[in-house]
Formats: sequence, C-alpha cells, structure tokens
Amino acid sequence: MISRRDFLQTSMAASAIVGASGFGNWARLAAQQSLTQDQLLQFDTFGNVSLIHMCDLHAQLKPIYFREPEVNIGVGDNRGVVPHITGADFRALYGIEDGSPSHYALTYNDFSALAKAYGKVGGLDRVATVVKAIRADRPDALLLDAGDTWHGSYGCYHTQGQDVVNAMNLLKPDAMTFHWEFTLGSDRVREIVDGLPFAALGQNIFDAEWDEPAEGFEPYTWFERGGAKIAVIGQAFPYMPIANPGWMFPEYTFGIRDERMQELVDEVRSAGADLVVCLSHNGFDVDRKMAGVVSGIDIILSGHTHDALPEPLLVGETLIIASGSNGKFISRIDLDVQGGRMMGFRHKLIPIFSDVIEPDAEMAAQIAEDRAPYEADLREVIGTTDSLLYRRGNFNGTWDDLICDALLSQRDAEIALSPGVRWGPSLLPGQEITREDIWNVTSMSYPEAYRTEMTGEFLKIVLEDVADNLFNPDPYYQQGGDMVRTGGLGYRIDVTKPQGERINDLTLLATGEAIDPARSYVVAGWASVNEGTEGPPIWDVVEAHIRALGTVTVAPNTSVIVEGV
Amino acid sequence: MNITRRQTLFVSVGAAAFFAMPAFARRLGAELDLEARTNEFTEGAEVVDGDGVVIKAPEIAENGNTVPIEVSAPGASALIVMALGNPNPGVVRVAFGPLAASQSVSTRIRLAGTQDVVAIAKMADGTFQRASATVKVTIGGCGG
Repeated sequence: MISRRDFLQTSMAASAIVGASGFGNWARLAAQQSLTQDQLLQFDTFGNVSLIHMCDLHAQLKPIYFREPEVNIGVGDNRGVVPHITGADFRALYGIEDGSPSHYALTYNDFSALAKAYGKVGGLDRVATVVKAIRADRPDALLLDAGDTWHGSYGCYHTQGQDVVNAMNLLKPDAMTFHWEFTLGSDRVREIVDGLPFAALGQNIFDAEWDEPAEGFEPYTWFERGGAKIAVIGQAFPYMPIANPGWMFPEYTFGIRDERMQELVDEVRSAGADLVVCLSHNGFDVDRKMAGVVSGIDIILSGHTHDALPEPLLVGETLIIASGSNGKFISRIDLDVQGGRMMGFRHKLIPIFSDVIEPDAEMAAQIAEDRAPYEADLREVIGTTDSLLYRRGNFNGTWDDLICDALLSQRDAEIALSPGVRWGPSLLPGQEITREDIWNVTSMSYPEAYRTEMTGEFLKIVLEDVADNLFNPDPYYQQGGDMVRTGGLGYRIDVTKPQGERINDLTLLATGEAIDPARSYVVAGWASVNEGTEGPPIWDVVEAHIRALGTVTVAPNTSVIVEGV
Repeated sequence: MNITRRQTLFVSVGAAAFFAMPAFARRLGAELDLEARTNEFTEGAEVVDGDGVVIKAPEIAENGNTVPIEVSAPGASALIVMALGNPNPGVVRVAFGPLAASQSVSTRIRLAGTQDVVAIAKMADGTFQRASATVKVTIGGCGG
C-alpha cells in the first residue's frame, strides 16, 4: 500500500519532470529572451484547493532590485541543505541554467549585469495582477500573508503602516501573522488589527502579565474551500521582545510554544479539519524543526528568513513553502484534498518580474495616492553609487559597509555596529541614490544612531551573542537575523564552535592592532533594543554621509574571515 | 535547616570558584552544588532522566530577570528545581500533599545567563526522575 508520504513525493517528482514548478521552462525562455506574463503565470489548475503565499514584503510597494545572498551558512543538521545553498550550487540543485531569469531571481552571481537585462522585481501592483489571475483560475483561492508587511519604507514610517494596510486591504488577504508590525507599538498594532477585514493569527501571541493567549489575535481560523474544511493556524515570530524592542509592546509575550501548536493541530483535526495549514513567521530552520516535532500539519507557509525556494521541502508528511521577500515572489500551491487528507499538490514560486507583469491599475492608483504627499521627498537624489549596494548575506553587505562608514565619519567613532537585518533592496552600479532608497534600508521605529564606549571584552561578548543567535546548532535557539555588521573592526569566526569560542582575532582596522579587552572604544551603532537610546536617526546620518561623498564607492570587505564552513 | 560540614565545603568551593575564575570553574562549582542538593533531596537514591517530569521553559528568555517556567510531574510527592548557572542554584523545593489536584508548579525565576534548569521529582513509586532544559539569556537585537 502506498503511504501518504509516497503520494507527496510522487507529486514532487511529477512537478519536477513536467515542469509544473516552471523552472525548466524559464531557462528555455531565457534563451529566447521572450519571457511573458502568461508564461510566468502558466499553471495547470489542480485539485480542489489553491493557496497563495506571500511574506516579508517590508513595505516595498514599488518595484526594486533584490540580490539574494552569497553567504548563507547552515549549522548542525542544517549544514549544507536548503535554504543554506547559494549561487552555482543552488542552480545545480534545481537545474537552473546560467544566465536564465531564474538564475537572476534566485542567485547572486552576475547580479548587476542580469539586473540590467531582466529589470526590477516586485511592486504590489504587479503582485495584485498575479493574485487576480490566480483568482480568475480559482476564485476562492486563499491568500495568506506570513507577516513583516507593515514595516520598512519612508511611506510606511510616516503613515505608521497605513499605506501598506491600505494596499494590502485591496489585495484582500484571508489571514496574516506578525513580526515587525509590533514595532509600530502595541497601541497602533491593536488599532490596525481591530479594523482588519481578515484574520489576525498567532497561537503564540500571549498576554505578558497572565501568560495566556492575548486578546485580539486568534490562534487559528477556518475556511471551507472545494468541499474541504481548512484550518489555518498562525505562528508569529517567536522572539520579538528579544530581537526587537520589547518595551514597545510590553503587554505581549511570544515564544515557539510548539506544545500548544500540537494541541491546536489535534483540536482542529478532531473538529474535522481536512487540511491544516500553519502560517508561520518562525523562519525556515525553526519551521523545519517544528515540522518534525509537531505532527499533523499539512503545509507550513514559512516566512522570516527571506528564503526563496523553487520547490517545497518535505519533512515527514509536512510541506514547507518559502516565498522570498520584498515582494519579489509569491507562491501558488494547488492541493488535492480528499477525505481529510492532502493527497497531492502542484506548486510554483512565481517571480514578480516588474517589466514583464502588467501593473494592476486599481492597486497602482492606491499606492500613488498614498505616496503623493511624500513624492518630492522620496525622489530627492542624495548621491550616486559606483558600486552594487546590497545587504542580504550572513556577514557584511555593501549597503551595511556604507552605513558603517557613515557612522564612523558622521559620529566620529572608532568602531561601528549595524544590525544584521535581512530586509532592504539593492541598488545597481551607476544608479542614483534617492532618499527613498536610504529609507528602504534603514526605516524603523527605533532608528537612533547612538555613540557610546564599549570595552574590547564587551565587543567580543556582543559578537559572540549575535553569532550564537545565527549559528547555534539548534534552530530553536536562533533568532533568524544575520550577523551584526562591523565597521572599523575585523575578526575571525568559526561557525562550528560553541558560544564564547567562535569569535577570535578581533582587530581595530585603523591601526591593525588587536582589540584590547580592557580598553574602551568609541562605538557608534543604530537599532538598539534598549529604551532611551539617544542619537540622530540613522537615515539622517547616512544621508549626510552620501551627500558629502557625492558618488559612493564601496571596496570589497575582507575584514571578516569565516571558518568552519 | 542543618548545613552539614560536607555541604559547607561544597558551598565554599563553589563560591571561591565563582569569584576566582569564570565559565569552566563556575560550572564545576555548580555541578558540585547540584550534586549536594540532589543528594540532600534524594538521600542518595539513584536519579534517572525520565518522561515523568516535564519542564516547560522558553528556549530563549525574553527577560532573564523574570523567566516563566513550569514543572509538572504527575503523581510525584515532591520536586526540586535548580538553575545551574546562577550563583545560588536552588530555585524551589515543593511537596505535594495527597489532596493536591495536580503535581505541577509554575513560577518566574531569575537567570544570571544562559544555563540549564534542572528539575528532579520524587515519583509515586519512590524513584527519582530528572529533566533539564537549556534557557538562553541573550543581549538581543538584530531580528530579520
């Protein structure tokens, strides 16, 4: 007798062979240079249920460039497996032809050249076109947003998330879960959530005082589609008060709470769920571990770690879907749900090529209306870049090198620290840098660029602490960001060592001398989670620096030596 | 409570190690203290890792000064909880009377740093079972 896992694996193989995932096709289309919207959207509707997954928009309502990571190291059981495979290895794994659109969309190599050929990605007006096309195929398709939506741009900051909320409401999601949304502050989050025309989910959003499920956020919600009862369980980012300023939302506590996840899966199964979907902001490795701990979840729609995978990952009988970030991709998953079981699926990670997909007029008008009051400020040109500016990657990106340089020069510091967040689009060599571009990589509600003193010993503790949040072999002890970026400070890191032994050879780059544990250094940084941090907002610091330079050139960064890969 | 000479020795060894040397020596001190406390609770009986006692604690503490933990040991008559990385590892000792509706306790504890929290329960049959959970206390920041 064939097991359900065999069914799912057979579906996966069939997808790869017939190209339902679209990947084989893209490569051929590239040769013809004739990518069209119809080809991007081509999908043979399957089964009786369709899901549309989006995540980590970070308020990028307009098309952008986004370079995928070059360095994405997995440790422990996640060493050398997806999503910790990049570049040529990634292309080989998924059979992606060099120079193809999927090469450009999913890997970092030759980014500047390919970006000129294939253009920008994302834009919620393009996403709207894709969502409408899927709904034309399957009118009752569920649109599920895994969060990090109301954060990350000039407009989002100045409207406290309202511009994104307006645009997303037009897109009509069926449910969402949360992370950076909470950095708007709990009053504002509650205000928006109270008015949401769709479900706000998070089984792990708890009241901090009583340690019981928080009001205003349901753990799960029900849908009936294609004759199947579908339960969607929400999982918010587990470590919000640690990774972000907890004082901004002191009423809430989170955590992974996988025991409660199991209880809820059992609850919805016994209430007759034919399909159990987890809409998660855990991050990919945490979701992979949770899929092995909690039984009975059919699909995890995963967000947080910004991975874009052209095929689902099968863990036991659970499919994990990862759909990228910054509006660059959405996933469509068609399912055959029969008699309380998911018996097969068809999946496609749809890249939003902005020049290929027609913008949706209604959405474009909504975005334009909310941008109008800020348009002149957004478009103001601050400088030009000679270098490719990008952020994503486990260690320094060129955007962060530039931000660290700005901190060193504008704040007169010896060492600069910049947070290892994964959001923030890229700019191509030769592009003008506008105020909007600077805000896209700096916008947040705790932007103060502090200037303080830290001893060499404390600097080492900070680096060790952040490194453990990234390289702890147990994903449940990771927070999902990248390594803190350093300016003026070099070091050697062995990712395989335990906390306290990973970071060595700390060097003050200005003098080439070893960092003295007992000496105090002047350190500038931003995005401190501590209440009462003082300093000018980081976007002003970066703007002043770029204005002074006129044209920006960022040299390759060789100050971090990574070992144990 | 009577402190025996043996315990006094352990305490002073632990304290000396704590002030003199970091990490390794402090762990050693805590282990000695753990042994002393365990022996006092079990009166020397064998302790095995078991499913009979379950610790619920966050993997990463949101605030190391007040970490919610819950220990349950169905059927147990008593249990102790220790935080191995704290200067004073003893957290709580609980006795469940025959009328206790459930053998479970929850509280909030302060953790000096990343460490293991250990619970040992005296089960209904008089044997002792142990569970442990690692709780990470971190500086925070830099979420993706």
